[in-house]
Amino acid sequence: MGRLLISAAMLLLGAGTAVADANLQKLIEDPNQWVIQTGDYKNQRFSKLDQINKDNVKDLQVAWTFSTGVLRGHEGSPLVIGDIMYVHTPFPNTVYALDLNNEARIIWKYEPKQNADVIPVMCCDTVNRGVAYADNKIFLHQADTKLVALDAKTGEEIWSVVNGDPTKGETNTATVLPVKDKVIVGISGGEFGVRGSLTAYNIADGSLAWRAYSMGPDSDILIDPEKTTHLGKPIGKDSGLNTWEGDQWKIGGGTTWGWYSYDPEENLVYYGTGNPSTWNPAQRPGDNRWSMTVMARDADTGVARWFYQMTPHDEWDYDGINEMILTEQDFNGETRKLLTHFDRNGFGYTLDRVTGELLVAEKYDPKVNWATEVVMDPNSDQYGRPQVVAEYSTEQNGEDVNSTGICPAALGSKDQQPASYSPETGLFYVPTNHVCMDYEPFRVSYTAGQPYVGATLAMYPAGDSHGGMGNFIAWDNVKGEIVWSIPEQFSVWSGALATSGDIVFYGTLEGYLKAVDAKTGEELYSFKTPSGIIGNVMSYTHNGKQYIAILSGVGGWAGIGLAAGLTNPNDGLGAVGGYAALSDYTALGGQLTVFALPN
Amino acid sequence: MVSSGLQAGAEEAYDKALVAVAYSEDGRYFTEDDVPTYNVQEDGTIDWPTYSGFRRYHSECHVCHGPEGEGSTYAPALKKSALDMDYYDFLDVVTNGRKKVNASENSVMPAFGTNPNVMCYINDIYVYLKARGTDAVARGRPRKKEGKSDVIREEENACLGG
Repeated sequence: MGRLLISAAMLLLGAGTAVADANLQKLIEDPNQWVIQTGDYKNQRFSKLDQINKDNVKDLQVAWTFSTGVLRGHEGSPLVIGDIMYVHTPFPNTVYALDLNNEARIIWKYEPKQNADVIPVMCCDTVNRGVAYADNKIFLHQADTKLVALDAKTGEEIWSVVNGDPTKGETNTATVLPVKDKVIVGISGGEFGVRGSLTAYNIADGSLAWRAYSMGPDSDILIDPEKTTHLGKPIGKDSGLNTWEGDQWKIGGGTTWGWYSYDPEENLVYYGTGNPSTWNPAQRPGDNRWSMTVMARDADTGVARWFYQMTPHDEWDYDGINEMILTEQDFNGETRKLLTHFDRNGFGYTLDRVTGELLVAEKYDPKVNWATEVVMDPNSDQYGRPQVVAEYSTEQNGEDVNSTGICPAALGSKDQQPASYSPETGLFYVPTNHVCMDYEPFRVSYTAGQPYVGATLAMYPAGDSHGGMGNFIAWDNVKGEIVWSIPEQFSVWSGALATSGDIVFYGTLEGYLKAVDAKTGEELYSFKTPSGIIGNVMSYTHNGKQYIAILSGVGGWAGIGLAAGLTNPNDGLGAVGGYAALSDYTALGGQLTVFALPN
Repeated sequence: MVSSGLQAGAEEAYDKALVAVAYSEDGRYFTEDDVPTYNVQEDGTIDWPTYSGFRRYHSECHVCHGPEGEGSTYAPALKKSALDMDYYDFLDVVTNGRKKVNASENSVMPAFGTNPNVMCYINDIYVYLKARGTDAVARGRPRKKEGKSDVIREEENACLGG
């Protein structure tokens, strides 16, 4: 009898979540709303709206603005569900619900109480990449790793759960991804020796569903040694242990602070893992699996179907956390389910997302020099591995040696700032960094909750180029080629948005919102917002009219690294200080700017 | 032009006695108040601790305070703090941390007291920042440096090994 009752309850619960899931899918497919940070499960960041198009975008005007009241770096974007816009902020992670029917009047405001001690544990600013919506709830994953489910209508807390321990350096900057009856969350802290994990909580009550670590025993990393594959072959036993020396996997890094995608047909969640700790490669011999890895996991159980480690034994801090963009495209005469990823290491990867087969790996910045190529021959013992250039190997050059002229710099050819894909042009629009570095690793010791870095870096714009620190490019992921490239003075640190209006939007660190022609890259519109842009462009409609919205508020790693300008120690005296300082162009301040065509 | 004007201003903004070398011991330099300071020779050669401070600063401090003590959107310019703050106050803030959390600021310096990667090199970081504050050492990687003395090496090993 008892068993029958439980089964009945489970059936009911299952039915409820299935309905919630279908509703969310429907909302995601509606171009008038923007319900999760990535726009859709595929992370395409493509809007089917076309009222604003390449012919009339020049007339775009500011419709309204909203100050967030917070000065730190503003990443992510607002959401729009129905007639309500949700705006989040960096620490203290305030969330506002704005009434679009009533001149953006504040319906509710949620401000969590967080211990300020979390602030300095967040490497590189207290950014937060935004809230997500599902099942009439707004999900906020705070800096201190508390995950809160808020009633979307009232802002009341429905449940909360704590995902990590900030006193050990575990923090959060990422958004979350609602999938079916679960919400998927990641963790930050690679610079503090945190062992990364991806965790699923049940949407109904916040209880833990599964957690998959990036390294450690097979039971922790949730693999089946016989069935989970790496480049088509079973991974085998203890891969997360025997690629590390001793117990180093326990402080191994591989954090999961980027973006998450989902393929409902395969029921797979895709994401990437970050750098192994420390930045001194000599202190952690081995391939350091599964740091720097693209992961495909079953959404219900967390068990991995396949992994692909892009940068075995990292020597440059090339975190693999950037977004995985899912597409269905023609590849050599066959329609395939693809996954495209622009890695920090400067290679643009195209994989078969069902099997994990590597299809394309080409440099998306011609200045990338740390590796000559990624071996594509499945019969080679180097299959899938980057061929490291000795001159730029901080491992081969050794501790206490300064390796110079490495491209890209540690911030990568691209960091988390997400690219966009237009199914209409078949092109990817990618915000990039054009920065190189010197890197000197040295010995460090681990203390819980303290930085665990172990390298000195100097960064500077790529040499023999246009002198700027960024490019905004269009990329063909089948050919592995740049189609066009727009030079930018600073790294492009804003997420892009392509639309059916044949245009692509992005923001710049000086604070410009720009619109360019999706086919040619020709600039069609530019407007300087109050502060530098590290947020992501989104679009929605209200009362039948299309709007474009962007968060300004300079900060993040860009604000730290570029505020005072960069110097190239190899340029000789006199050139020092010769590069633009971001602080000459913009100042702190969080603001939302919403654009529309004139009535 | 502008930068030379700024440098002239910076030179007047501090008391020479804060940085003037009174004596040296085992490759380290001190003011007459026994406070660590930097030493730059005429050909630009800097003392080992200042060079060591350059390396350690860019490992431990850079991620918040920006390159070369210049400050960032996130945290203040330490090249100024090293001149504006008393040496013992500087040690206190690094060791125990400091919070400025209010309506307009949420700036929190963590306590590094238990972190050997910082505390074993705290004087090195201090003298590097002082040298940056007076512009005695330019931005970028210092080119010439004195060797590491045996005493410094032994004390470093003892500090990290503990």
